[in-house]
Amino acid sequence: MTDTCQHSGGAGPENEEEFVDILEERRLRSDLGHALRTFRPSPYKGGPSCSAADLPKIVLESQHLRYVVKEIATETGASPEEVREEASAILEEMSQNLQLGFIRLLGYIFTKVFKRLFTSINVNMEGLKALQQAIQESPVILLPNHRSYVDFLVISYIMFTYDIPVPVIAAGIPLAGMKIVGAIIRRSGAFFIRRAIGSDKLYWAVMSEYVRTIIKTGFAPLEFYVEGLRSRTLKSLMPKLGMMHMVLEPYFKGEVYDIQLVPISLSYDRVLEESLLALELLGVPKLKESTTGLLKASKVLQDDYGIMHVNFGRPMSVRRLCRGKINLRQYNLIPRDLPQKPRAEAQACVSWLAHLMVRIQEEGSLISPWSLMACLLLQAPTAVLTEQGLPWHQLTEKTIWLRKLALDFGARLNWPAQVPDPDVMSSAVALHHSVVRREAGRVYLVREEEPERKRPISPEEDVIRSAAAVLMMVSYRNQSLHLFVRPALLATAIGVTKTAQRDELFAFFCFLRDVFSNEFIFIPGESSQDFEEACVLLRKCGAVHISEQEVTASDAGLEALSFLQALLQPFIDSYQVMFRFLCEDKVHVFAEKQFLPAVRNLATKLILSGELHTYETLSSDTQKNVLSALRRLETLAKLESSEQNEYRVVNKAAVRRIGDILSGKIPPQMLQAAPDAKL
Amino acid sequence: MASNSSGGGSDRQRIAQQRLRIIAGHLRRPVDVDSTILAAECKAQDSKTDVSSEGKTVPRRRQEIMKWNGWGYSDTKFLFNKKGQAEFTGKRYKLSGMIMPALKDWLEDTFGTNLQHKSPATPILTSSAVQPPTLNEAFVEELKSTGIPFSHDAEDRVFRAHGHCLHEIFALREGKVGRVPDLVVWPNCHNDVVRIVELACKHNVCLIPYGGGTSVSSGLECPPEETRSIVSLDTSQMSRILWIDEKNLTAHMEAGIVGQDLERLLNESGYCTGHEPDSMEFSSLGGWVATRASGMKKNIYGNIEDLVIRVKMVTPQGVIEKSCLGPRMSTGPDIHHFIMGSEGTLGVVTEVTMKIRPMPEYQKYGSVVFPNFEQGVACLREVAKQRCAPASIRLMDNEQFKFGHALKPQVSSMFTSFLDGLKTFYITKFKGFDPNCLCVATLLFEGHREKVLQHEKQVYDIAAQFGGLAAGEDNGQRGYMLTFVIAYLRDLGMDYYVIGESFETSVPWDRVLDICRNVKLRIIQECKDKGVQFQPLASCRATQTYDSGACVYFYFAFNYRGLSDPVHVFEEVEHAAREEILANGGSLSHHHGVGKLRKEWMREAVSNVGMGMLKSVKDYVDPNNIFGNRNLL
Repeated sequence: MTDTCQHSGGAGPENEEEFVDILEERRLRSDLGHALRTFRPSPYKGGPSCSAADLPKIVLESQHLRYVVKEIATETGASPEEVREEASAILEEMSQNLQLGFIRLLGYIFTKVFKRLFTSINVNMEGLKALQQAIQESPVILLPNHRSYVDFLVISYIMFTYDIPVPVIAAGIPLAGMKIVGAIIRRSGAFFIRRAIGSDKLYWAVMSEYVRTIIKTGFAPLEFYVEGLRSRTLKSLMPKLGMMHMVLEPYFKGEVYDIQLVPISLSYDRVLEESLLALELLGVPKLKESTTGLLKASKVLQDDYGIMHVNFGRPMSVRRLCRGKINLRQYNLIPRDLPQKPRAEAQACVSWLAHLMVRIQEEGSLISPWSLMACLLLQAPTAVLTEQGLPWHQLTEKTIWLRKLALDFGARLNWPAQVPDPDVMSSAVALHHSVVRREAGRVYLVREEEPERKRPISPEEDVIRSAAAVLMMVSYRNQSLHLFVRPALLATAIGVTKTAQRDELFAFFCFLRDVFSNEFIFIPGESSQDFEEACVLLRKCGAVHISEQEVTASDAGLEALSFLQALLQPFIDSYQVMFRFLCEDKVHVFAEKQFLPAVRNLATKLILSGELHTYETLSSDTQKNVLSALRRLETLAKLESSEQNEYRVVNKAAVRRIGDILSGKIPPQMLQAAPDAKL
Repeated sequence: MASNSSGGGSDRQRIAQQRLRIIAGHLRRPVDVDSTILAAECKAQDSKTDVSSEGKTVPRRRQEIMKWNGWGYSDTKFLFNKKGQAEFTGKRYKLSGMIMPALKDWLEDTFGTNLQHKSPATPILTSSAVQPPTLNEAFVEELKSTGIPFSHDAEDRVFRAHGHCLHEIFALREGKVGRVPDLVVWPNCHNDVVRIVELACKHNVCLIPYGGGTSVSSGLECPPEETRSIVSLDTSQMSRILWIDEKNLTAHMEAGIVGQDLERLLNESGYCTGHEPDSMEFSSLGGWVATRASGMKKNIYGNIEDLVIRVKMVTPQGVIEKSCLGPRMSTGPDIHHFIMGSEGTLGVVTEVTMKIRPMPEYQKYGSVVFPNFEQGVACLREVAKQRCAPASIRLMDNEQFKFGHALKPQVSSMFTSFLDGLKTFYITKFKGFDPNCLCVATLLFEGHREKVLQHEKQVYDIAAQFGGLAAGEDNGQRGYMLTFVIAYLRDLGMDYYVIGESFETSVPWDRVLDICRNVKLRIIQECKDKGVQFQPLASCRATQTYDSGACVYFYFAFNYRGLSDPVHVFEEVEHAAREEILANGGSLSHHHGVGKLRKEWMREAVSNVGMGMLKSVKDYVDPNNIFGNRNLL
């Protein structure tokens, strides 16, 4: 149906995958028995197997590292031995130490915890089988999304249960610092990577060689987060390219015949960290990962978190994916061990692949009834939700309508067929008692208890209270955004420009896509496909008529079009607020640290004055995305010298112009259809 | 200075005899003692005289001794006898007349062939399949007056319309003939060639030089778009050694001489060139020069470019040659390098002065078994690093090792078979080599006896560092003997729905393993994707070592039952394999040449400017494209 559906190897919603609850067997049998089960994986056939102890040795003795050590020694005046020792220390800090015993220990703990937290963990067995096969044939990269701390190591747990070689996992270095836990996960296959590597040549060299060696030797499947980190908003993040490039390099350089990429989609009915995440987005500082913190968090273990879905995508051959995208002969003229900056062609290829992987993760994730309900709840004024409440029947009717639209758009819905629809929605609301409550036929937003205080809380504090609840709901809405985003861009284009000319709509569509490409995942270079997909989907649901020249809204499609436009509105409103802020005369150079609270203050004021209707402007995620987008559009520059993430507004006129186009002040004829001009 | 004396004592003669048996044609026919070494002016012979009985290996009418639709001599081939055992017919080779009991099982296991399912070739060429010749009457008239023999007989023409690419032989077996030369002409000497080229220019006739006919690059294929009369210029009758210079160790030959004759005749005088490409039974000196050939023993003697002192080539602009026999000169770009590798696009090589060496006093074969291919390559690399490569060193992968085993003749005595069993037991059980991983290197040492033994020790010591075990002289010798026999095997395969080809490349050392693995896997994957029903054979060997890299040879074959257009599938897979080679840092060709088969990659291989240089040379030398085989450019 859509272009990207092809990529996912035909595992579209048409042939719905069969999911199996892996906890069911755990509930029947002994946990200890599971932990001590005989583990007989079939490893990669192609490579000489090597032990965990060999790995650092191979890395340190590699020609690549020898080059770099020599280079650094010359540059810094240190002796090569010193540099080598430093490299050795980095490697020690980084290395995993995968031991089956610890996987067993972990298996035991996980079984206990998971049984308590989740009703079920549903895994698609077909995908698992394909993975088992792929692992024997080529080096495999596991690419899960990251939505909760809980999912770290859950893949290993599943693979251990089904006799598949346990992966080594790239993890952030803060995890290593946790007492005991750090040691356990290191022995469960995690290796640790510093967050800001920047220009540390030696670190970069050691890490890339370590990763490459794992792939070249077929030591174990490699798992990493292509999004780089855990999404605080449950929305997919722009992929990080460094690790992806490292992983693909052995293929580019012909050191392995092929690499299989396995995108994995984890979707939660309810996320453990929901309230923490919302607070974090509102500027309450993130708790440092610590063991005691983890133990304190154990009270959240008492609650019910519904179902966790783990959907293993079909293994995808890098060789096939890259066909025609990159000319590998460019690697033939310089020794492959020499550290080299990747060429533009390679970077573009990696970026394309990384975006594609995230898109497939999105397509593979399951959308819960609650996520659809959150979409609708957020379109009601916040005051209504907190004060009068929304009539239950109105919400349920609209949700059933939205379900139809979602299915038209090819959604993978997690909507139990054997349960009556009202019950499905009731239990969704019950599960999310932390966000909404149902009382006397109405649904209300749940706000944090007012602390007992002498003085009444200020209106500003009240805004933050509502915001925390709204942002929690926003994150659940975000779980299904990817499904609607392309049609929503088109609906917005139709709504703002009031034109029916296909080429004008396309130009505006590309403009929106460009502005919001830090917000939503669009595959670089595929704007025409995205537009085409949007057209096809809107026609499918009867919202538009399409001819060669024109796209016209149909009368029957108003409901869908206005829903879709409203879905995008908070983003547009938030971006406009920030554009306005940046265009103020006094703003020239600012640090990110100042920007965030300043925007928060401005937005709070606007909300209180009734000028701004969305609380999403308060989210630091949206705020940072605006900065990245403007940087990408070259209207903002990051100051190289500054360590404080300082920015300079280079082109206020351009910022203003973007705002004016967004609000429809500049007619679409003035836009040039230059898709991806900035990408 | 003509020389007819054998120069050395009886010892030399004995060695000469021995070498004749081993390397050269393995001909039964007693060597003509009144050798053809003479320094006579050539006399154009009457075209009606049959020259096939003159004692030359290659008669004018090749069909008298060679197959028209397969490899080699008509009397020699593999077949399954009445008992269902594989047998090698004829008397020319060591393996001739022997039975290879394991070959049937190997064929069945490797390709899924079945002796019941045959795909026999069309037995004879029907002349109706051959288009009547388009003759340029004026040219023919003048050619007649020169007395140079020529023919427009269908068989003669078909014989010179192809090399030995799979698609060429496959078509012939089906009795299909495409565009063929309209005339075959047999010059007898340099001056004949000069005259023919002059006439061709005068009458605008297309000339395609033909040497031994062993091309595997579609180099001999007549361009279908060629509308002029095509004349095949067969150099086979220009096969004399004109002189031997014992003081400077050089010899001057006519370019049509084939490898086995050259070695045999030189051996009789106690010399050799040492240039032994695998096709040396049939390929010619002129062909070697025109394609930049490489010989098995290049480590001692060098490749063709190292051996050639002086070349004479007849072009439409006249004769190109150097003015002296100096061993090296600095006179601008070496004009020999326009000639070597020109693949018949600029002219005809007529005479070559070449280095010769006294025949080696001692020759010794050897072999080493390695636990796996990786170790084997590491050993070859070390040998190259220490610059102690023997005359020849080749590393076969596991598939070829097994294939070699399949060609083992029936053992005559219980004792030999018992010994074989013991060896296998020692290697696989005692040393723990996995029979599905191990691979074998074959070695050939040449030179003074003591030095050879010393050298041998050095190489075996290196091999031991990489886990290699010496596996005896027999295995080594058999490996080299199989080189000549393997080409016949493709014809057997084709009788049973198996088609195959070999192709080669050269690649830097650090990429040898990667390219071998990737190309083999690519072949397997492409076959699967293209609907080949059976697992293909994808195998390789490293055949030459250099300071900075190696030459790698691939074999690829599959059972095509169930495919509607097997040749098309085959060509697609071959094309993909070449793409894979280039993506992995391999060269377009190490010694087979470009021809028309690999032309599409030429520009990328030599850059736009490089291509322009070659084109401008062609434009100057042959503005009317008389040498119109359209190879290379």
